[in-house]
Amino acid sequence: MSTFNWIIQLVYVAAASCFVLGLHLMNTPATARRGNQLSTGGMVAAIAATLAIIIHAGTISATGWIVMLAGGLLGGGAGLYAARTVQMTAMPQLVSIFNAVGGGAAALVAIHDYINLAGRAAGPAESITITTLLDVLIGAVTFSGSIIAAGKLQGLISAAPVTFPGSRVINMAAAAIAAAASVYLIVTPSVPMLLVVIAAALVFGVTMVLPIGGADMPVVISLLNAFTGTAVAMAGFVIGNWALIIAGALVGASGGILTKLMADAMNRSLGNIMIGGFGTGDGGAAAALGPGGDVRSIAADDAAIQLAYAQKVIIVPGYGLAAAQAQHAVAELAGVLEERGIEVSYAIHPVAGRMPGHMNVLLAEANVPYPLLKEMDEINPEFPRADVALVIGANDVTNPAARRAGTAISGMPILDVDHAKSIIVIKRSMASGYAGIDNELYVNPKTSMFFGDAKTALTELTAAVKTLVA
Amino acid sequence: MTTALLTDITIFVLALLVGFEVISKVPATLHTPLMSAANSIHGIILVGAMLIAATANNALGYVLAFVAAAFAAMNVVGGYVVTGRMLKMFRRRPAPAPASEPGKASAAGQTAAANGSGSRA
Repeated sequence: MSTFNWIIQLVYVAAASCFVLGLHLMNTPATARRGNQLSTGGMVAAIAATLAIIIHAGTISATGWIVMLAGGLLGGGAGLYAARTVQMTAMPQLVSIFNAVGGGAAALVAIHDYINLAGRAAGPAESITITTLLDVLIGAVTFSGSIIAAGKLQGLISAAPVTFPGSRVINMAAAAIAAAASVYLIVTPSVPMLLVVIAAALVFGVTMVLPIGGADMPVVISLLNAFTGTAVAMAGFVIGNWALIIAGALVGASGGILTKLMADAMNRSLGNIMIGGFGTGDGGAAAALGPGGDVRSIAADDAAIQLAYAQKVIIVPGYGLAAAQAQHAVAELAGVLEERGIEVSYAIHPVAGRMPGHMNVLLAEANVPYPLLKEMDEINPEFPRADVALVIGANDVTNPAARRAGTAISGMPILDVDHAKSIIVIKRSMASGYAGIDNELYVNPKTSMFFGDAKTALTELTAAVKTLVA
Repeated sequence: MTTALLTDITIFVLALLVGFEVISKVPATLHTPLMSAANSIHGIILVGAMLIAATANNALGYVLAFVAAAFAAMNVVGGYVVTGRMLKMFRRRPAPAPASEPGKASAAGQTAAANGSGSRA
């Protein structure tokens, strides 16, 4: 190995180390920005090293330079524009699009590599074909699946589970065709057959995500993120580059961990998700009639009295809060309460948003200090000490029925909201949540319902507290 | 099975294990920035896109290289910028109005009235 190659390889090792250390620094909010900068530093080094390889080899054509620079500038510009302008509520869509293009790019690298090799006489060696195939399969599934996921999150495609007669059959057929064509390719090099693999994988990606309901999106995005990482690692095998293998493996691990966390938080097994047990929403049409018991509704003034004379208030935000764009309204109410010396904290369920950690970002944007954002395990023991638990737009994750066997959400980890001394629920109607069952919390004698849109209700509540304490 | 492939597999497995170890320590609060940072990191595929641009020698090769480079660059730049934007929002204390000091003082005496008062309609 020449000195030049040595240096290049060492730069790649340094870049990979930067990724690891950058991710390590993300273990606290205080150091996370430095982590992001460090891993980007690694990226710049890796790109510079690759430029050095290309210049050193000197075989690139002028067209090659133009294509590379034009593609890089166009993509980089699009990424910059999207990153600068995206609303925090739309973050899941953006991450989905990033997953899509990452998987797509990885697949394209493998496709190009295969076509190049197949063009030569001997045909590719068997082992190359297997990693190339994995790269193409995973990359293509990620690409089409993530685009569908983004479409659902953006509301362009119905967020409800989309099924049509035979959709499951098409999904299975696509998987079978992709598998059969892959086996054929391992034995016989054939470019047309590669196109069949690509097409089948794209169809599989679409039919995998279409039947999945909106509230399952945190799992889907995490899973597709893991797929993208794996596809990139496979691309590293294909072109023999360790930096790609390491970076891809890190992203694969990250997506894998998040998938597991989200699946646990929704009480679904990973196997169940992979095979397609998604979208409980379609099953069994709900336990129709209410459990009986009285629902108390409460007016703004009375709710304000409860809040203003509490010592400790725990706010439980759910997706309904984000959907109503009420993050700032809740932060304002919390501010008024804190000025009175009331201890306010936020109980964040892992699947409170549309992607892992989404609710935390939304509240951070509304200027809520991060030490107040508590994870489920941390906050649950505190509910018995809370005078008021204020539930806003959260439903299934607060339903005590999850503790009993035999309900649709049995075994799902929930926030122990019912342990608080009193509970106020802000909700538009008595409609059931994603799991399609009634929430027993609402008929708890300690619970009062404040019916209304989250944003309007919070504004009224804040005004009422202000007049009360003025 | 070649030695090179075996080395690649070793690196892949070890990197996966390191990834599990490091990322399991990231708090739930930061999971969204973690994902967008991961988006930026898998933009490393840009290296692959650049290398295919360097070896492409026909129209199809150039098209593939162009699209791959655009996709990958979108990941690198977009992932980095949006992660930075999010992380800037995470503050220990509220920034503009530092007045509110979550404290012990005032409300202690008044709380007795809070619970079970006639506040239910």
